[in-house]
Amino acid sequence: MNVVIRFSGDSGDGMQLAGTLFAESVAQAGQSISTFPDYPAEVRAPQGTIAGVSGFQVHFGDTLVRHAGSDCDLLVAMNPAALAAHRGYARKEAFFLIDSDSFTAEAIAKLGLGDTDIVAHYDIKPEHIIEVPITQMTLAAVAEFGLDRKAAVKCRNIFTLGVVLGMYGVSTEYAGKVLEKRLRPKGEDIYKANIAALTAGENYAENSHLIGERDITQRCNLPKGDYRSINGNTATAWGLIAAAERSGRPLFCGSYPITPATGILEELAKHKALGVRTVQAEDEIAGICTAIGAAFGGALAVTTTSGPGLALKSEALGLAVMAQLPLVVVDVQRGGPSTGLPTKSEQADLMQALYGRNGDSPVVVLAAKSPADCFDKAYMAAKIALERMMPVVLLTDGNLANGTEPWRIVDTKSLPAIKPPVVSREMLEHQTKWKECFNEKGLFNPYTFNKQLVRPWAIIGEKGLEHRIGGLEKRAVTGTISYEPEDHAFMNSVRRERVELAQSIVPAPVAVGASSGLLVISWGSVYGQVAEAVEELYEAGENIAHCHLDMINPLPIALDDIIGNYDRVLVCEQNSAGQLTLHLNSLIAGCNADAFLADDAQPFRVDELKEEFAEAINEIEMIKKSFEPINDMEHGKDKLLS
Amino acid sequence: MEKISYSPNDFRNGNAVKWCAGCGDHAIFNAVLKALAEVAERLDIPREQFAFISGIGCSSRFVYYMNTYGFHTIHGRAAAIATGLKTARPDLSVWVCSGDGDSLAIGGNHFIHACRRNIDLNLILFNNEIYGLTKGQYSPTSKLGKVTKTSPFGTVEEPFSPAVLALGANASFVARTIDMEVEMTKNILVEAACHKGMSVTEALVNCVIFNKGTHADFAETKALREERTIHLRHGEKMLFGAERNKGLVLEGLKLKVVTVGEDGYTIDDILTHDAHEESTVLHSMLASMRYPEYPVAVGIIRDVERATYDAEVARQIEEQRAKGPNKCANDLFRSGEIWRVK
Repeated sequence: MNVVIRFSGDSGDGMQLAGTLFAESVAQAGQSISTFPDYPAEVRAPQGTIAGVSGFQVHFGDTLVRHAGSDCDLLVAMNPAALAAHRGYARKEAFFLIDSDSFTAEAIAKLGLGDTDIVAHYDIKPEHIIEVPITQMTLAAVAEFGLDRKAAVKCRNIFTLGVVLGMYGVSTEYAGKVLEKRLRPKGEDIYKANIAALTAGENYAENSHLIGERDITQRCNLPKGDYRSINGNTATAWGLIAAAERSGRPLFCGSYPITPATGILEELAKHKALGVRTVQAEDEIAGICTAIGAAFGGALAVTTTSGPGLALKSEALGLAVMAQLPLVVVDVQRGGPSTGLPTKSEQADLMQALYGRNGDSPVVVLAAKSPADCFDKAYMAAKIALERMMPVVLLTDGNLANGTEPWRIVDTKSLPAIKPPVVSREMLEHQTKWKECFNEKGLFNPYTFNKQLVRPWAIIGEKGLEHRIGGLEKRAVTGTISYEPEDHAFMNSVRRERVELAQSIVPAPVAVGASSGLLVISWGSVYGQVAEAVEELYEAGENIAHCHLDMINPLPIALDDIIGNYDRVLVCEQNSAGQLTLHLNSLIAGCNADAFLADDAQPFRVDELKEEFAEAINEIEMIKKSFEPINDMEHGKDKLLS
Repeated sequence: MEKISYSPNDFRNGNAVKWCAGCGDHAIFNAVLKALAEVAERLDIPREQFAFISGIGCSSRFVYYMNTYGFHTIHGRAAAIATGLKTARPDLSVWVCSGDGDSLAIGGNHFIHACRRNIDLNLILFNNEIYGLTKGQYSPTSKLGKVTKTSPFGTVEEPFSPAVLALGANASFVARTIDMEVEMTKNILVEAACHKGMSVTEALVNCVIFNKGTHADFAETKALREERTIHLRHGEKMLFGAERNKGLVLEGLKLKVVTVGEDGYTIDDILTHDAHEESTVLHSMLASMRYPEYPVAVGIIRDVERATYDAEVARQIEEQRAKGPNKCANDLFRSGEIWRVK
């Protein structure tokens, strides 16, 4: 059984820490987890206001957890504003753990409800309110450590953590260890006070017989190994670090701070000990341009951004296409257009990644499906870029960036090898992969291509391989500037086919579930909810299957056959245009997919997905039963038209 | 080890140079070839460790004529691309060829930040005060009132002085030269290359097609250059004129042109050029001088030492490598809280 708990309070209340410690504690107890922080857009909005509410959602259970949960079962509300702001994220019958000390008439009045009773207003069953005098109990628990009132009140989050751990029978040992590491350096009294609050909270839950909906004696059957909690941005950074090590190319990241991508730059900036070089550039354009310069110098070059930044980088991304340089562009998508919704997540940059450049400028586009998967996809993006000498766009998003889940730690030696086409003069003189790599004068021809249409990577400093590259169209082999019609046509085909050939590197997609009926296709962070919804329906005997795409450009050839097997195709994505849907319908012959869209910058809820899927299955059945002969004709006509 | 030795021609690749006949870029190109042969020898840098990065514009075609590694990039971004290259590869000698439109209009941001960071690039800014490749529109350095295709009634905007802008961004090496002064250009570029940190060399070049004679008032003939420019040399008096009897003095907050021996001014009153002075105030005043009120300053205006971005990054990497607990990615992955599923 799975449970979703949301911790919410003022942005200064320490909800992120309490939530994180709770999640990691239940993970230690063998549960599968996924978490998501819900920060307010303002750094510190006025205390006690709805704008200032910060939340942290934890989804855990003894069956595989693939997303941070839809509506929560227990909402922890540290004040009335938290209840008001996050009531909508709780099930109708959810339980509400509140700090009764903070539900004063004055605080409730701030919500502007007039005389309405708050419990009735928010449609809460009175017996589902768990009132705990959190502030008073915390102050009493820490009294002996001589903290001032402000510091003492700050321990409320840890007391609350203790209560919730106690409710679910989870040991406080792990939280205690982390607090020791974090707080001891800040002072013995602070550390001891927090431990006292933690224990007091746990005792309170026990003494008052507060019991969660389930205990966690049952462990989730996860693959064996060592795990750690990781968010998508850190996983992205680490995937790149691993790729740099495996490829032997030093890692360079040029980026400009932008929500929600900044965490990748911050993480990479820490690791100079591993030889990682980061430049915090003067703007988004300089971010990608410094990376392109580093690629010219032989680095695994990366730039990280979000949608508005990708827009600014588009010209330079075209240069990397033209110059055939390896480059990883990570777009941590957020709600748009324009500045849009910086702290909310969306999958609305797909078209921009695929087509948002001048000229025919194809790039490989990959998408990560979960926080931990960001590691694999970042590694894959680097492998493709380095081995095939071209830019790769990796799409993640705000939900993945900030969400956490357990990551099974890999040994870098177990990762696929990365072999960039780095050459020396001597190597080129003794090989057959690149024909005509020297001209009659013995000078290097930079634009000769091997079977994968990859040019040799002659890195600055290699004697005898001096050459010039640039953004102007070139002639194959010599790399000299050419505006000749046949040269442009040929180079266009090389650029396109080089991208197509990259599909051999990424495992082909598969359909999970039924072999006919409804096929649900997803990409990116909606994976978890979609996989769960499909799985539940399939296990209930429905004719439904799920196919998730890791690589969106080039579209895997296998997808054509998969789609051909199903009566109906439904694409689930978090944007309002149905961007992948349009892409599939335009590129795959006979594909007439419908879109099911989340266009409100909120993740899908498993329930709404199941409802939609059930309806679609129903329609298929109805059509089959009532109009079988006509259906065949229609089907034939569709094919004819396409 | 063999002593590194090149002739200027070793640095050109033999491609036909396609600038217009009479374009000032030819002269700069020749000066660069000579400078590189000297720099390679002086700093012991083999040819394959030179990289030329350019943006877009006439001057940016430069890289296609060089027998070094070269990258003709996109409009305005050469400084940013070179910044990435030099940060990733501090061992290289990285040069940027850019124009007044490229570096001061579309690429202004990268230009000032490269100066501010003091990354060890050698930027040559070809200033012809016009957009040549797009066939004659005014640039950010065009003189106020300049009539061009996009300013048929004259421009209504004050121009930038590239050297002053570089100084305002705290560039550690700022120089100015004139296309026809090949020897001076070569000497400046050798010093620019030896300077650790960002060097900006503003080259006043003549566009014979779209802005002919824009610098002619003070630059057209040797005689005019003697009278109307002042060649600044560190440690020397700021004198100019064929008879070297005119000089600069500081009166109040302004520079003033005086004649030695007239109005009571003696050689002792004349300022001595200190290119190593930390303060940019006097350097900016010198760089700001415009003909006819003043002689135009050429030579090395500023040459000060301060920490360079690329060396500081390299230093931090060495420091962290020495003390960092993580020696490889696996160490990093296993740092922090881990639990085991059996």
